[in-house]
Amino acid sequence: MGSGYLTLVALLTPIAAFLVLAIVAPLRRAGRPAAYFSILGAAGSLAAAVSGWRAYDGTGTRLVWDWLTSQGKSLATIGVLADETSTVMLVLVALVAFLVQLYSLSYLSEEPPAALGRYYTYQSLFAFSMMGLVLAPNLLQLFICWELVGLCSYLLIGYWYQKPEAARAAVKAFWTTKAGDVGLLIGIVMLWKVAGTFDLGELRAMASGNQLPLAGLSIITFCIYLGAMGKSAQFPLHVWLPDAMEGPTPVSALIHAATMVTAGVYLLHRTAWLFALTPDVLLIVAWIGAFTALLAAVLACVQDDIKRVLAYSTVSQLGYMMTAIGAGVSVAGFFHLLTHGLFKALLFLGAGAVIHAVGSNDLSRMGGLARRMPQTAIVFVVGTLSLAGIPFFGGFLSKEEILGSVWAGGLVGPFALLMLVAFLTAFYMFRVVFLAFFGAPAVRPAVAVTGFSPIAHYDAAGHHGDHGSHEHDPPAPMLLPLWILALLSLGVGIYSTAAGRILFFGPAAEAGAAEHAAPGWLTPAAVGVAIAGIALAGLTYYTRTISASSLASLFGPIRTAALRKFWIDDFFEGIVAAATLAFSSLIGWIDRYLVDGVLNVLSAWTVTTGDEMRSIQTGRAQDYVYGLAVGLLLLLVWVRWSLT
Amino acid sequence: MGLQAYLTLAAVVFGIGLFGVVTRRNTIGILLGIELMMNAVNINLVAFARFSGSEIGMIFTVFAICITVAEAAMGLAIVILLFRTRRTVMADHLDLLKG
Repeated sequence: MGSGYLTLVALLTPIAAFLVLAIVAPLRRAGRPAAYFSILGAAGSLAAAVSGWRAYDGTGTRLVWDWLTSQGKSLATIGVLADETSTVMLVLVALVAFLVQLYSLSYLSEEPPAALGRYYTYQSLFAFSMMGLVLAPNLLQLFICWELVGLCSYLLIGYWYQKPEAARAAVKAFWTTKAGDVGLLIGIVMLWKVAGTFDLGELRAMASGNQLPLAGLSIITFCIYLGAMGKSAQFPLHVWLPDAMEGPTPVSALIHAATMVTAGVYLLHRTAWLFALTPDVLLIVAWIGAFTALLAAVLACVQDDIKRVLAYSTVSQLGYMMTAIGAGVSVAGFFHLLTHGLFKALLFLGAGAVIHAVGSNDLSRMGGLARRMPQTAIVFVVGTLSLAGIPFFGGFLSKEEILGSVWAGGLVGPFALLMLVAFLTAFYMFRVVFLAFFGAPAVRPAVAVTGFSPIAHYDAAGHHGDHGSHEHDPPAPMLLPLWILALLSLGVGIYSTAAGRILFFGPAAEAGAAEHAAPGWLTPAAVGVAIAGIALAGLTYYTRTISASSLASLFGPIRTAALRKFWIDDFFEGIVAAATLAFSSLIGWIDRYLVDGVLNVLSAWTVTTGDEMRSIQTGRAQDYVYGLAVGLLLLLVWVRWSLT
Repeated sequence: MGLQAYLTLAAVVFGIGLFGVVTRRNTIGILLGIELMMNAVNINLVAFARFSGSEIGMIFTVFAICITVAEAAMGLAIVILLFRTRRTVMADHLDLLKG
């Protein structure tokens, strides 16, 4: 079987699982059977995706069916496009989806069965949507799957919908990404108007044949970038991602770290040839990406919630990828997407294990966990080293490639920002490591204040009051995904560091990236800032040579601003509140004075006229007879006249 | 005498009756006015029957007279009931329908 059919199987397995779970209500409500069913689907999907990737022969395979035929011509197609980008991405999506589903089995074991079934139904739908997006041969299918992914994100963030913050975060995520999606839709339609097709292959041929008019193309690419901005949490639309951490931790790992948020980067990588025609938009992409990376890194430094640190780190790394794309080397960004997908899923799942053990997201409630949870600590450190960009770990080479390509692209400003971010990344991630896994165990009250589930398995009345006995490595279904991801992350890191080049792609892409080879001083510099960040974190939070509070006071105003999220959320809320108030007062005025006014005038007029007219009605029968006679007479006269 | 003379007579009687109906304050006077108008109509019917040579008008007139009698009886009954309840038969006092 060719890679095309294998990817098709990988795509259709989760939707089959979803449909069965959605339609067969008893199976869904049964909880664990539904979970097994969905995991089975994810496993089959993973197997098909891996074989599709292995079977990929260097030439893209298209399997498309006509769709929306009108006048004998198909307006769009639907199907799969298996090429070197989509097959690799498909493996990542299928892998993380499978591992996360496996992990959730244990993580959400105390959920009621119906809720668990609902969770796995959404998970299957999400896997399908993301794979459909990855494999989309045309922009229309991509957009549909894009929206489905957004829907699944909404559903899964709001999984604990009884919790007001979760419901709020789900709505916030939905609306914020939707703001970008409008841009994407407009961009796609405008592109269709210019090119007359949605098909990626045809568009690419037109772009390389210089058949696309360059005038106005910048607007189109910018609109498409807006969609990517919403999904991939670029400033200023990044506000939803940290709040999305209200969902269960496996969801954060799957959707808000490894797959969905990378959709924007993926889209830009997919349409890199289009963006290459509009260098001005690419420059915007690069600057916004670098700025987002820095902003999020600063924000991550002041967070006390372990998941929020990871969320901001995701935003920051997405900024990295976007900067690489803006520098014109989208393959570097895409490679970072893949490695990041592995180690960020690992970090989130590791954080989930910690949260599961401690019963709180708060870093100050953790500490000294390395002794009680040695395996979790090891894999978490592997993920952290990958994220920090230490050689022989997953993120090293990809980060290196990004920095090199940004430097080679002549973007000195973004390059400087990214170097600063590399330092901050190492710092805040090792802050988490030292606070959570080393040092003295935090003095924890028996009652966890911030239980992560409203189902109250960690609440005051729960039987988990004795946390000392609960803090141990998680059970096998949770540990296995962690180890798989850690080993993969390490393997990719060792292999890519040894090879010194981007993996997974054909020689052409590697040669293209090699042209942007970094100057010799780059590697030592990048590793140097990362180690400096680790050292600062170590001195501050491990050996406590530097007091954390004096470090904080050194950056007083920035810290204060970062704690308020740089007022961006406040700004949006202010805008929304002001706009809503202004609009509602306008509507109120219209209602009070125009709508009500017209009716009031009409009724007043009716009353007055009635008052005037009632005097005619004397109530005496004779007056009426008189009126009748006069009327009849007038009628006769009129008939007589009109006849002659 | 031609048809016009009869018709003129009928019109004059009708006018007198209508005048009575509109101007009399006493309800019984109004009833008398109505009788006059009825009879004006009857004169018309008879006159047309006579000049067209058809008996149908005559027959119709007999019916009309019968009905007029019944109507007069009804009208007087109403007046008596009116007097019993309102202690008056003056039409301008009967203005319950005044707006």
